[in-house]
Amino acid sequence: MPRLLRLLIPLVLLAFAPLAARAQLTIEIVGGAGSTVPISIVGFENESNWPLGITGIVGADLSRSGLFRLIDPSGIVPRPARAEEVRLGDFRARGADAVVVGSMTSLADGRVDVRFVLMDAVKQVQLAGMSYAVTPQQFRATAHKIADVIYEKLTGDPGVFSTRIAYIAKQGSRYQLHVADADGVNAQTIVTSNEPLLSPAWSPEGTRIAYVSLENRKPVIYIQSLGTGQRQVLANFKGSNSAPAWAPDGRRLAVTLTKDGGSQLFLINADGSGVQRLMSSPSIDTEASFARDGQSLLFTSDRGGTPQIYRLTIATGAVERLTFDGSYNVSPRASPDGKGFVFVRRDGARFQLAIQDFATRQVQMLTTGPLDESPSMSPNARMVLYAAEQGGRGILAAVSSDGRVKQRLVAPATDVREPAWGPLQH
Amino acid sequence: MRKWISGAFLIALLAGCSSNPQQTAPVEERIPSTSTTPGGNAGATTGGTTAPGVGGTTTGSTGSANPLRDPNNILSKRSVLFEYDSFTVPDQYRGIVEAHARYLQGSRNTRITIQGNADERGSREYNIALGQKRADAVRQLMRVLGVGDAQIETVSFGKEKPRNPGHDEAAWAENRRADIVYSGE
Repeated sequence: MPRLLRLLIPLVLLAFAPLAARAQLTIEIVGGAGSTVPISIVGFENESNWPLGITGIVGADLSRSGLFRLIDPSGIVPRPARAEEVRLGDFRARGADAVVVGSMTSLADGRVDVRFVLMDAVKQVQLAGMSYAVTPQQFRATAHKIADVIYEKLTGDPGVFSTRIAYIAKQGSRYQLHVADADGVNAQTIVTSNEPLLSPAWSPEGTRIAYVSLENRKPVIYIQSLGTGQRQVLANFKGSNSAPAWAPDGRRLAVTLTKDGGSQLFLINADGSGVQRLMSSPSIDTEASFARDGQSLLFTSDRGGTPQIYRLTIATGAVERLTFDGSYNVSPRASPDGKGFVFVRRDGARFQLAIQDFATRQVQMLTTGPLDESPSMSPNARMVLYAAEQGGRGILAAVSSDGRVKQRLVAPATDVREPAWGPLQH
Repeated sequence: MRKWISGAFLIALLAGCSSNPQQTAPVEERIPSTSTTPGGNAGATTGGTTAPGVGGTTTGSTGSANPLRDPNNILSKRSVLFEYDSFTVPDQYRGIVEAHARYLQGSRNTRITIQGNADERGSREYNIALGQKRADAVRQLMRVLGVGDAQIETVSFGKEKPRNPGHDEAAWAENRRADIVYSGE
């Protein structure tokens, strides 16, 4: 990416309908990427026949990623809807490198045929073309799917617009575990409690969430099934039970238990059976995060006198220290691409996000704090979702893993924290 | 044997700490002021001086006042505050821990939970571990004094349930804390 001036676009891109769930998150872009793909998305033919359009959501998804810049197609007449109707010269003249056109047609069964093509205006070729037969209730999901296709074709990485996020919303003394679309829309309450909830963790297939609740006057780990709404206790041993982390196979989790003294790491089957101690140390060991291959896990330990990040190779029991700079490095999250990990570093009184590469050991600071915590990476490893503070209130924020793109997700009158980015939907 | 060694080690630690009088005002405010304790005398380590009043009350099951709730009884004091980044029970709280340890020894069916807490700075999960370490420090002192593990559960709320919701040193000092809670309370 060429090093251009960082764009600062203090722009509220999405304003959601007021009937949406309470504590709706709204995304603000606060910083842009160095380079962006100029793309023109033409309103689909007949799109105005439905109250909720599709191209607006596609455009919002793409520009929110920070990797695209929307080129206004208005004034190009007649408005193209099919590949053969596109005069690429019209779009090139406006600076667009890519063009999206499409149409929406009512079907006899009440569904709607939504189809689009993506064209490369420079090479003058069609890059993608898809059609979907969907109900109007599925328009939003369809728009995210279209954005995913466009993103993948133009960047080479999978799009994550169809994924979901989980987070904890605190209103007054009430705590709720919410699940929402990756753009903050369609927030649903999964768990409500009058006691603190924390550490939500998605199962690898995205159907279950493990989390910690203090409702029993101690930390207990539960697993909630999103499909059935059923909840089971994962770990309720004597002492504290916390920091759940799913193994990539979805059958086991690493957890922190104090049942045998001290905060120590254990493996446990997803049904709560087969508890097995991973290590024995006289220090704090917590905040496990599995590497992509499941063979090792990152964790926080104070065994060296200050909290630092270590890696345990499960088969051999070998432990290796990974962070050396600074006196407080915590909350490691292994990157889904296997290349490194994101974590929180304290610098003076500031808590900032950083990313470290396994191979080079290079550390890059991603944020400036002052109170950034709970990082969670997108499944394509391009973005890091985290908790920040703004005006004395918890908000969610996101930063690209190269530090260039920054977003804020703001929910009115709600303290939002502990975000967890869900897996790709298959 | 191991217990004895770790106990001796802990006592050595405590003795080492007694040369460092407490300084922060908010901590001083929390010091118990009952007549049977060393009170606010920073650095006092006279563990045995709290015995008389307590012992008498615990055995008196027919007594009208619940010693755990009697504001004039040291057993009504439940909180141990910790210094920044410290997991040693400060000297001025030893009297409280000792009183509860004696009460538990005289009432073997009584169970307590020690709830550890941390200030708001840093990772939520790491703070759960820090709070646990504080609760465990209080349990370790009770172990040394002869209370069995079956009577004690140590848990942590991390930074999730601050007693003082403020964001300054005074609030943080109050939130680096372990609370003794009796079963059924």
